[in-house]
Amino acid sequence: MKLFIKYLLILFKSQMQYRTSFLLLTFGQFFIPFSVFAGLYFLFERFGQLKGWDFYEVALCFGIIHMAFAISECLARGFDSFSILIVNGDFDRLLVRPRSTVLQVLGSKFEFTRFGRLLQSSLVLGWAVGNINVDWTVIKIVTLCLMIASGVFVFTGIFMLAAAMCFWTIQGLEIASIFTDGGREMAQYPLNIYQKWVTRFFTFVIPFGCVNYLPLLYILGRAEGSSTLYMLTPIAGLLFIVPCLLVWRFGVRHYRSTGS
Amino acid sequence: MRGYLSVFRLRLSIGLQYRGAALAGICTQFFWGFLIIMVFEAFYSQTLTEPPISLTQLITYVWLQQAFLSFIALWFRDNELFQLITSGNIAYELCRPSDIYSLWYAKLLAQRLSSAILRCIPVISVACFLPQPYRLPLPADLSTLMLFVVTLLLGLLILVSISMLIYISTFVTMSSAGSLLMFGVLGEFLAGMIIPVPLMPSWLQSIVNVLPFRLCADLPFRVYSGHITNIEALTLIPLQLLWLSALVGIGKYTISKALRKIVVQGG
Repeated sequence: MKLFIKYLLILFKSQMQYRTSFLLLTFGQFFIPFSVFAGLYFLFERFGQLKGWDFYEVALCFGIIHMAFAISECLARGFDSFSILIVNGDFDRLLVRPRSTVLQVLGSKFEFTRFGRLLQSSLVLGWAVGNINVDWTVIKIVTLCLMIASGVFVFTGIFMLAAAMCFWTIQGLEIASIFTDGGREMAQYPLNIYQKWVTRFFTFVIPFGCVNYLPLLYILGRAEGSSTLYMLTPIAGLLFIVPCLLVWRFGVRHYRSTGS
Repeated sequence: MRGYLSVFRLRLSIGLQYRGAALAGICTQFFWGFLIIMVFEAFYSQTLTEPPISLTQLITYVWLQQAFLSFIALWFRDNELFQLITSGNIAYELCRPSDIYSLWYAKLLAQRLSSAILRCIPVISVACFLPQPYRLPLPADLSTLMLFVVTLLLGLLILVSISMLIYISTFVTMSSAGSLLMFGVLGEFLAGMIIPVPLMPSWLQSIVNVLPFRLCADLPFRVYSGHITNIEALTLIPLQLLWLSALVGIGKYTISKALRKIVVQGG
């Protein structure tokens, strides 16, 4: 943990060297989800509802998933650009150091400009929480925090899986963006508006539904049956990281250097 | 003219090499297409008032958007050009006996065309055979199809001249990332990429209609789907030509001004 914070400090200082560029990028990062959110707002202005969900409920959904995405994009950026490490042969250097590879890859890059995204999603989240028709209890607030944490773990897990693929393919795969960018866009709406196969895939294979939709039913008091079960679903998201870590370790053990 | 044509041909054949990347791109585009359509389907399913564009027309819009993504995406970038400017290698480019604006224009045009040719044929041909309601309908008649092609190609020319302005702005700012990001986000929203123009509130539509961005994507797609009638389309083509000549004029003027003040970075 101490080492990780040191990594962060070094990276922060190096990024602050180009201050104008840094500020412009942060500013721009604020506007990417902002334009998507504006689109959402205009759609609700025109249609009024979305299969029984009102605007603030969907905004809460949106805020949670975008916040989780922003945090994990800050953190796991090293995995996202992992193919570069492999192609240059820089990964070999990490292997000889007496620390875990996961920590070192995490620390190899940290995108502070993504704070723009984080700011935008926290504004949306705050707005939604303030306006939504829910009596907030301590347990509900805990659930909300758990949902965000769970989302971070799911996104980070996908980043890791995509990076682990590089051990075999050397090149990064564009297809992985279906699960990161696509997953984010999909999970910003409540899952039940989609066709059955989409819902099933994103609940049982990649647990976006457990991050967002199922616990949201609990918060809104719409859950049928045992509500504690709905409350605890974000834990499935946290567990998603375990198989990803295993695949990563399997990949590291089978890694052959490119020799460059 | 022959020189620009051969640059164009060269770039086109380079672009057509990357078939694997294109295949991955096509899969991603189908996923996005389905996702967007399902969201709109959900919005449409319980609407009380008649929406300003029908669901079939909207689905057409979405598939065309996916097929011609490289005709409309402003964030498409040619790092080579940025590097030329920031590394100082532009000095070589200036020694060439051809006009730098036209040369770059041909290069960017070919890049977008090659990437679109690879993607539009499979996306459109598969989308035509999807089960209802996802199927992409054919245009109403031959003249609609002709008008679609004309407006689409004019739109492409407008878009390339807009993106030329982004490259030219690099002469002043030296860092491309910021201006590219802002231009890209704003331009895409105004082109109807996030939500289609007919679904925007009327105050926003009046802003969008004044700007050139919607002429690149929104106009040809709505012509195809029949949301804009053929007669209306005929009146909008002169507007496209007007914007095109204005943007090219501005681009040529600013690039000549930037080149006069240019400082070649050593190295």
